[in-house]
This record gives sequence, C-alpha cells and structure tokens, in this order.
Amino acid sequence: MVVADTERLTAKTFGVEDSHPDWCGGCGDFGILSAVKQALAKLGRPPHEVAVISGIGCSGKIPHYINAYGLHTLHGRALNVATGVKLANQDLEVLVAGGDGDGYGIGAGYFVNSGRRNVNLAYLVHNNGVYGLTKGQAAPTMRRGQKTKGMAEAAIQESVNPIGLAIASGYTFIARGYAMAQPDLVDLIVRAVQHRGTALIDILQPCPIYNDLMTIDFFRGRDIGHNRTYRLADEGFDGRVHDPSNQDEIVAKQQAAIAKSFEWGDRIPIGVLYQLDAPTYEDELAGRLPELGTSSLLDLAAPGQDISRLQDAYR
Amino acid sequence: MVARHGKPNRPLAGDDAMKENALSWMIGGPALTGGVNSSAEVFAKACARAGLYVFSNIEYHSNIMGRHISYRVRTSDTPVHSHVEQVDLLLALDSETLFGTPEYQDYQRHGGHLHRVAPDGVVILDAKAKIDHSAIERDDIHVVALAYDDLVRESVEELGVTYNARRHSVMRNMVPIGASCALLDFDINHVVSLVAEVLPAHRQDMVEMNRHVLLHAAEQARRAYAKEEFHVTLRPRPERNGHMLIKGVDAVGIAKIHAGCGFQTYYPIAPASDESVMLERQQTQYPIVVLQAEDEIASMNMAVGAAHAGVRAATSTAGPGFSLMAEGLGFASITEAAGPVVVLWQRGGPSTGLPTRQSQQDLRFALQPAHGEFPHIVVAPGDAREAARITHMAFNWGDRYQMPVVVLADKFIANSLVTLDDLGLDGLPIDRGEYWTLEMNGSEPYRRHRLTESGISPRAVFGTPGGQYVTTSDEHTERGRIDEQVENRMAQMEKRMQKLDLAAEEIPDEWQYEMVGPEDADVTIVGWGSTRGPITDALPVLQSEHGISANFLQIRLLRPFPASVVREKLNRARRVVLVEDNYMGQLGMLIAEQTGIKLERMALKYDGRPFSQDEVVEAVCEHSAADLGRLVLSHP
Ligand SMILES: Cc1ncc(C[n+]2csc(CCOP(=O)(O)OP(=O)(O)O)c2C)c(N)n1
Ligand code: SF4
Ligand SMILES: [Mg+2]
Repeated sequence: MVVADTERLTAKTFGVEDSHPDWCGGCGDFGILSAVKQALAKLGRPPHEVAVISGIGCSGKIPHYINAYGLHTLHGRALNVATGVKLANQDLEVLVAGGDGDGYGIGAGYFVNSGRRNVNLAYLVHNNGVYGLTKGQAAPTMRRGQKTKGMAEAAIQESVNPIGLAIASGYTFIARGYAMAQPDLVDLIVRAVQHRGTALIDILQPCPIYNDLMTIDFFRGRDIGHNRTYRLADEGFDGRVHDPSNQDEIVAKQQAAIAKSFEWGDRIPIGVLYQLDAPTYEDELAGRLPELGTSSLLDLAAPGQDISRLQDAYR
Repeated sequence: MVARHGKPNRPLAGDDAMKENALSWMIGGPALTGGVNSSAEVFAKACARAGLYVFSNIEYHSNIMGRHISYRVRTSDTPVHSHVEQVDLLLALDSETLFGTPEYQDYQRHGGHLHRVAPDGVVILDAKAKIDHSAIERDDIHVVALAYDDLVRESVEELGVTYNARRHSVMRNMVPIGASCALLDFDINHVVSLVAEVLPAHRQDMVEMNRHVLLHAAEQARRAYAKEEFHVTLRPRPERNGHMLIKGVDAVGIAKIHAGCGFQTYYPIAPASDESVMLERQQTQYPIVVLQAEDEIASMNMAVGAAHAGVRAATSTAGPGFSLMAEGLGFASITEAAGPVVVLWQRGGPSTGLPTRQSQQDLRFALQPAHGEFPHIVVAPGDAREAARITHMAFNWGDRYQMPVVVLADKFIANSLVTLDDLGLDGLPIDRGEYWTLEMNGSEPYRRHRLTESGISPRAVFGTPGGQYVTTSDEHTERGRIDEQVENRMAQMEKRMQKLDLAAEEIPDEWQYEMVGPEDADVTIVGWGSTRGPITDALPVLQSEHGISANFLQIRLLRPFPASVVREKLNRARRVVLVEDNYMGQLGMLIAEQTGIKLERMALKYDGRPFSQDEVVEAVCEHSAADLGRLVLSHP
C-alpha cells in the first residue's frame, strides 16, 4: 500500500480496484459513488484523511467502493458513528452516506439531533423512495397515495419532507442533488464538505428495480418534454444567509427553502437551498477547552492524566 | 422452598457497651426541601475529616420533591463498607421517617424507621413537625425534640441580623448535625470548617450564623437528652484525616480521566448520569468531551465511532439504556472496535422498575446483551475503589482485545459514600494494544481483521497513512469486505471468539476473582459486585459473634469466566452460600453453566434494597443451622 500523492489526486485515487459494487444495473447509487470520488479528488485530501461512514441498505455499501477509511455501520446509526469519529479526530474529513429509510425513518431521531449539533460532517442521503435492500417497501419519502410496482398497496402515510425537517432541525447547509446530474452533484458534494457544520444533501436516486415512479425517464421528463429537475441557481435563488447576525434574513431564507422544498411534479429544484455560517459543535468544544481549537482529542487525550488535584478535592 | 426473612423489630446487633467511633446514624425527611442530603453529607464529611472511616448510603424515591429520603452514615475505627440494620441516632424531619406512610398511600407505603432505633438509641425530631409523640410507643429509646425554625431564628437574631425565612431556613440542616455532635461529644468545629469551605467568598458571613445554629442545637439537645452520656462517642483520629470521601460515580469518573478517556457519551438516567455530570464539569480542565446524546443508541454508536478513530471512549447507563445499546455493542464487537467501555450502573428492573433502587438483576443480560455470538468482556467491581481500578483496566482490555468491555456496577456503589486513602490508580499498567503502521505491511494492502495466531489484528487508527480500510457490521473478510463464504465465516468467527480465550489467559488473577478471609473456612460465601461490602464486613462478625469461620469468593471477571479456579475453590469449600441482590440467583446459574456445580444454598434479596452487614450475618447463620435452600431476605 502506498500513500497517495496529494498533488495528483484523481477520482481514480479514491477507487478500489478489487471491490465491485453489487448494485443493480442502472441504479442511481453508481452516479452518487462516481460523484463522491470526483468530489474527493477536487477536495485535495489524501485517502487516509477521509472517512466514509454509512448506514445499512443498498446505499450503505458505498464505503466498500471508496479508497478511504470507512465504516459500514448499522441501519439508521451512521450519523452517530460519524459524530464519534469526527469528534475523536477533527483532522479527518468525514462523509456520511445512507438511504432515505436509514436517515429519515429508523434514524430520524439522529437526523434531527445531528442537525442541532452541527458537527462538521457532510451527509449524503440516497433518496430512492423505497427500502431497496429489503425489496422495495415504501420509505418515509414515499408520498401518500403512491404505489410502486413493488408495493402491495398504495402508501397511506404522509411522506416526510427532508428539507423542511432539516431546516427545523438546524442543519446549516441543505441541498438537493440528483444522482444522474453528475457535474452538479460533484459541485454540491464539494460545497457540502467545505461547509463548516453539518451539511445535508438529499440526493434523488433512481432505483430501477423497485421504484417505477422516480425513474430516470421521470426526471428527464420524457412525458412532459422537458427536464423536471432545474438548477436553483439558474433562477437566481440564493439560499445563503449573507449576514448570520440578521435573524430576519435567517428566517426569510429558511422560509424560502421550505417553500422550494414543496415543489414537485413538473419542476423539481436542484441545488443549495439553505446555507448559514454558524458555530460548529467543535467550535463550542474549543470554547470549553481551547486546546481543542487546534488539536484533536486523538492527540490530547493520552492515558495517565494527572488526577491528584481531582482526588484531593474529595479529601 | 422459600424461606422469607424480615422481622422488623428483631435487634440484629444489640450492644449495650460504650462504643467509641462505632456509630450508625440515619436522617430521614422529604426530598429536596428537607435538606436530608446536605445534612447527611456534611455530617459524613465531618466524620471523615476527623479521621474516622465512613460508609454512607441513601435510599430515595424516583421523585424530585416531597417523597421520603433516608440517608445513613456509619462510622468506625476500621474500614467499613456497608450499613447495619440498627441505628443509634435517628434524625426525623417528619412523621414519615418514624412511622412510615398511612395505609391508604398504597404505592409509597413503608414502615418508617422507628423500629430500627437500637435500644437506648435516640430519636431527634423537629418539635414543630406534625409528629405524634405518643405513637412512638418505645420506652427503650430517648426522644429529643428541638424547634428547628425557632432555633435558626434565634441564632440569626443573636448576631443582630434580621431573620428572613427564605434566606436563612437553609440552615435548618445544621440543627440535626449540631444535636448529633452534642450527643456524640463531637466538636462542632469539624462541621464549621466544612461550611466555610463550601460557602462562596461573598457568603462567608453565613459561616458565623451556621456556627451559632450548630452551637444552639448542641446546647438544646444536651439539655433535652435525659441521660448523662450517650453510648456512642466520636473521637477524632487526626493521624488519619487525609482520606477521601467519595461516591462510586465520582471514583469511576476520575478513573476515566486518568485512563485518558477522551470521549464520554450519555443519556440521562438514574443512577448513572451523576458520573457523566461529574465528567462534564471537568471539560475545561481535561481533554474529555462529554456528549449528552439523544438516546442510548446514539450514545453507544458515537462511542464506537470514537473508538475506531483511536480515542478511548466510554458510555455510562443503567438497565433501560443498556437495553438500547444492544445493537451497537454487537456492532462494536464484530468490527473489532477498541472498546468502548460501558459502565452499567444497575438498578431495579424489569423495565422502568425501581429507578433509584438497588439490584443485581442485569448479570445475565450483560453477558448476552445482543443477538448473535460475539466476544465482549464483563467485569464487576465490588466497591468504589475497585470500580475505579477496574474502569482503568477496562480501557486496556478494550484496546488490547479490541472488543467492548462492560463494567457491571450498581446503585449501591454509585450512590454510597466511602472513605478511601486513594483510588489506587497510580502504577496501574497502560496498554493501548497493537497498532498497525505502514512499515509493517510493505506493499501488501492492510488487513484490518487479519487472521493471526492470537486472534488480535494490529489496528490502524483512522488517519494512519496507508491504512485505509473499510469494515462492516456484516460478516467480512480479513480486509473488512462483506463476505458470506463458509470458510471465511468460520475463520472470522473463530478469530473473534478466540480473543476471549486470550483475555482469560492474560488477565491477571486479581482482576478475575478474590478469596477474602481464610483459605479454609466453615462457610464459603460466593458473590459478585457490590455485595462485597456487606459480605467482607460480615466476615469478622460471623467469627467473633457466632463462632463461624467464613471466607468470601468474589468473582470479578464474569466473561470470560474463571471456570477452573471457581470450580477448584468450590470443590474445596465445605458449605457454600450464594449471596445475590436478585431473584434468580444469576451468578449461581452462571457457575452451574461454567463449572457444573449447582449451589443449593442461596441468600437472595430483590426488594430493591442493598444487603446490610447484618443480613449477610443472618443469612450465613441460618444456612449454617439448617438446610434452607433458597433464603429470601428483606428488612423493610
Ligand atoms: C434494526 C434493523 N432493522 C431492519 C433492518 C433491515 N433492513 C436492512 S436495509 C433496510 C432498509 C433500507 O432502506 P434504505 O435505508 O432506504 O436504503 P436503500 O436500500 O434504499 O439504499 C432494512 C429495513 C436492519 N438491517 N436493521
Ligand atoms: S434495489 Fe434499487 S437501490 Fe438497491 S441496488 Fe438495486 S436499483 Fe439500487
Ligand atoms: Mg432507500
């Protein structure tokens, strides 16, 4: 094994030659994997400084195909594990990936609380509307009344709005991507990673096997004659809060992002919906112990700490 | 056959002689408003400062304001680790402390503590509290009634200060202490100096007021106490005045800091969260991040992540939280995380159960906390000092064997105060296990779960150049890739489980078990965890008062289990009594499973209260006299 030369990082540097994705042909996860590798090449961090933490599902397998540190964890717990990894070693670039069931269903509590915490992580949710790996049941993103070919009956529960939920939970970077819109997705991932704080990209991901509603043809708009997805930036939408001290601007930008998040049907927005510069959890920790502003716990927390003063306090 | 024991009024350790420094003291009253905790803790600390050995334990409801609390303080000239049934001095802040609650308050009924007062003992009560003196009906004890509020008011006014109930009534907690000092012939200055330490600089004017309250309480108590002399006196032992007075939760917290634990997660729960709260306070002084997570699933998995990233990580919880940690524990084990250390402070189950009460019900659960077969270590400390030392070692084992370690403690250790010279952490080894570095592999890709002779694969901490690997909660290859082939499955199963054999072989005996007392004895008591305190305190009493020679086999390491040594000790024992704070005799079941030896004589307690020294004595005496089988104890 050789240590990568940061000068010449390419998407290939982050590929794993002897491990092949076992996703179905045409699965949107291939697009996400490819975009992640390209984004990592652009970000310039060598593979050993990157950790990809994932949940369980088809999507959860993604770390196996990336040359970086990786943990393929439990269903719904990826954000928890990633939080521990990042706080232990802030020098790592930590990416989190998982399915919509993983993040918005079984992991919903962690989705909400990770937003509140604002640890410096980038979280990619593969939103395919279904539980892929368990053979196509409705994910929390499946809209009420919809029925894929794999579902026995139409959904009778309301779907969750991930963007609205993210806004309400305190995420400081919220974007929507589309697995097949490669350059856009690469750009979004780069921006999400560069953002200080927890960044969410809800990535629309076709699952050709189980979701015959959210197909590539659907997003291309074959039936309506134009692409359904459009870039927010092309329409002048600016989700960034320019003055983080201005509460009115924050509220206005949050409302605009939520309003956009309801757009669906013939027009589906893609891009950054909201971004706010706010103190990260790590910043807050450094407020308690200044050394944490410059060093990681990994270097600071050595065994054999002097506890004589502590013991004496009980005398 | 079930023999139930619990005769409330039976004196268990009656003794008329003058007792120097051997005191059993109890205060009772309502939670929060009563000042019970502060009175007891200040008194306990004053005794510790005076060089006495102290053991102090609390009983409280899962309630914030109003419900009954009782707090005991026991002192001695030799180390003490448990309480006794009788009390010499009972300080009653309300009627409930004496008589319990009326029948109709069914759910919180208890019999009060009056029956615990030793013959010739004293009840000190608040004359203004609604207490029916005629109901005391005991002519073998003395009652001292003091008007707490009047006493505080007089003391304050004497100093020329206008009395203000809101400001000054906190000093009520000094009244029982002052009165106790008087009867025990204990100098109130031991208390005054503590008050001065505790009060902030701008409140030092209160020191003098407190001193006056103590003085007046002492004076009035002396006057109200009919007899010449109380049969217990406290004599300071200045040569011993340097020891600590500490609770298990704090001892464990200190041990975690010492061990270099950089990351502690928790979700609030009794009796565990005091440990995390103690650690939270240290975050400005030591490199430790304490993260209050959204639940115990998150707590566990965050700690697993930190462990994979190379930081010593821990979490701390009680039974309900541990139930949620199951999934993450299995994940830590299959991915061979270095840890985390999980401190499980047991309380009464099942379900929400008895949130603030004692039990040892989670042994079997801790042994198999999640689905599938996987290695982890379970180790049970017997007291606060052991809890600290074992916590230190737990981090070593987590790092060395790359598996989670459960430190199985309980409420009795968590909340009890005990005097200690130190925590015994100095000089304990530090072992971070085997690391992988780039030089070790040359051009070969790193294998995180490499098959080795010992079963241990050197670990590359995230961030190590050239060590990129992925691992997974799925079964995996040496390189951490998902794999379902039979050969690989078997090899990885064997590799993981084999690490337990290595741990069993390498972990020194002192962490596995201890035989306390003579090698050869009439009775061998077998137990684990916090029953150590009452059992070790009972041994000399059994010998001196009942002529029974007894020893105690304390099993600390529960997984991997020291089967051969336990078998050998039990085969050599003449009469074995199993002592456990649970219904099923869970250690007995484990011993049967591991050694084939079935322990027939059991002393069990599942009333949510810890064993007292007397209960152990009683159980051993009963089992020595007859073949009782299963003996259940309770002294409500
Ligand atoms: C605790 C638990 N419950 C259930 C499962 C089974 N399970 C595996 S993947 C999955 C759903 C995956 O759906 P999603 O998260 O949307 O990922 P996708 O496969 O669609 O990428 C479920 C329910 C599990 N692994 N763990
Ligand atoms: S089931 Fe769907 S999500 Fe899973 S790999 Fe196949 S196409 Fe992709
Ligand atoms: Mg899905």
